[in-house]
Amino acid sequence: MSESTGPAGPPQSTHPIMGPDDVARALRRMAHEIVERHRGSNNLVVVGVQRGGAPLAAYLAAQLSDILEAPLEHVDLDVSFFRDDIGSAPLKDAAPTTLSRDLRGRVVILVDDVLFTGRTVRAALNALLSFGRPDAVDLAVLVDRGHRELPLRADYVGKNLPTSREERVRAGLDGVWIERAS
Amino acid sequence: MRTIRGGHLLTLEGVDRVQVVDVLDTAESFVEVHHRTIRKVPALTGRVVASLFFEESTRTRLSFETAAKRLSADVISLAVAASSVKKGESLRDTISTIEALGLDAVVLRHRSSGASEQVARFVPHVHVINAGDGQHQHPTQGLLDAFTVRQVLAERRGTTGRESGAELFDGLRVLIVGDVLHSRVARSDIAVYRALGANVRVVGPGTLVPRELTEWGVEVSYDLDESLEWAQVIGLLRLQSERGSGEFVPSLGEFATHYGLTSARLTTLDPRTLVMHPGPMNRGVEIDNAVADSAHSLVTRQVANGVPVRMAVLYLTVAGGDGR
Repeated sequence: MSESTGPAGPPQSTHPIMGPDDVARALRRMAHEIVERHRGSNNLVVVGVQRGGAPLAAYLAAQLSDILEAPLEHVDLDVSFFRDDIGSAPLKDAAPTTLSRDLRGRVVILVDDVLFTGRTVRAALNALLSFGRPDAVDLAVLVDRGHRELPLRADYVGKNLPTSREERVRAGLDGVWIERAS
Repeated sequence: MRTIRGGHLLTLEGVDRVQVVDVLDTAESFVEVHHRTIRKVPALTGRVVASLFFEESTRTRLSFETAAKRLSADVISLAVAASSVKKGESLRDTISTIEALGLDAVVLRHRSSGASEQVARFVPHVHVINAGDGQHQHPTQGLLDAFTVRQVLAERRGTTGRESGAELFDGLRVLIVGDVLHSRVARSDIAVYRALGANVRVVGPGTLVPRELTEWGVEVSYDLDESLEWAQVIGLLRLQSERGSGEFVPSLGEFATHYGLTSARLTTLDPRTLVMHPGPMNRGVEIDNAVADSAHSLVTRQVANGVPVRMAVLYLTVAGGDGR
C-alpha cells in the first residue's frame, strides 16, 4: 500500500514481474491456503485495505466463495486516520470504508497489495480493532517486498519480491511492476 | 480562502468547489467512523485544541469539543465567565497565555467580526478555526449545511455524497430566509452554496435584506410565498434579537406573518423541499413547530453532522500540513 501507486497510470518499466494471469493464479492459490487453514469455519470476512487492497480483496473473496460454495462477505477499510505519519507527511485522501459491522467472533482475512515497511498493516490492525474484537486476523498480500520496519509478517503471500528501498512496486489485478524512482 | 489543509479556517468567502468537496468527502469518512464500535480515531493524538467561546453557544461548542475528542486530541476549554476575560484581559493576552501552554489549534467564537483573523495574525503557527465571529462568518455551519444537503440529495439518488462530488448542487435553487443582514450563517451559506454551483436567493424584509446584497452574487426577493415555490432548499435564519434585529422589524408577530415559515405555508411546499435551520430556533417566529418537526426539516441531521464536519475541519487544518 505505502509504495504502490494504485491502479491508475501506465507502468514505467516495460515488462511486468507478474501478468494478470499470474496474479489470478497466485490469488487462487492463496484462497486454497486460507480454506486449508480455516477448514470448516463459517465466520470468515475478507477486508481489503484501501486503496490497493480493495480490488484484490473482492477477487479473493470471489475465489473463496467458489471453493467454499457459499457466499463470502468482503468489505473495504480505509486506514488514513490510523496512520503513524499523520502530520509528518502530506495527508492521503480518505477512501470509503464499507466495513460497518462488529467483528466480534469473526476471522478476518486482511488483504493488501504490497507489504513493505508494515506501517500500513499496523494502521489497519488498529483500525480493525475499532470494530470490536475479532477471533483472529490473517494477513494476505499479493507482494512482499521486504524492508519491514515493524515486527509483522504475512500469512499468505502471492510473491516474494526482493527490492531496493528506492524502487516503487505497483501491484494489482492487472499485474505487478517494479518502477525505478525518478 | 486558500486550501484549509495545514492552514486556518477563517471564512468561506472566496472558497472554491474543490476545497469544499475536500472537506465534505473527509467528513463522510468521519460519518463512517461514527458507526463503529469504537467511535474514536487516533489521528490527532498528542495535539492540543483550545476551545475559546467568548460568546455563549451550546451546540457549536459541544460539537467542536466532541469532534476534537473523537480525533483523540486534548481539549482545553476556556469558560469565559470564570476567566480573566471578565477582569478585562485583552483577546491578545488571553491567546498568548493559552498559547504558552502549547497549542495546535484554536477554535474561536467571538462577538466581534474579524476576531479569528486577528488571532490568526497573533499566533500564525497555530491553526485557527472560526466558530462564528460577530456578523461575519460561521464557516463550519456553512460546511455542515452543504454536507447535509448533499447527503440527503445523494440518498434520494441512491448514491453517496462522495460519489456525487458537487454535481448535485449544479443549479440547485437555495433560498435563504430572514435576517440576512446580521447573519454570519447566511454569509457562510451563501459562499459555500455558490462555490458548489447552486443558485442562491435571499428573501426577507427590506430592512434585513438590503438591495445591495445582490453584490454577493445572490438574487434578492421580498416575496416569501413566490420564493417558497421556487426553492428546493430553504435555509431559515434565526431572528437575532441580541444583535438588535428586533429594531428592524415592526414586531415579531408581523415578521412571522410575512417571513415566517408557518404551518399554513408548510402545506404549500413541494414534498421534496428541504428545510434547514442552524438553531437555536425561535419557534413561532421564523419557524412554526409543525415545520420544525415535519419531514421537510433537516434540523436534527444538521446537528448530527456537525461533529463529522468539524472532525474533518480539525483533521485537515491540524494534520494537513506537509510535516514542517
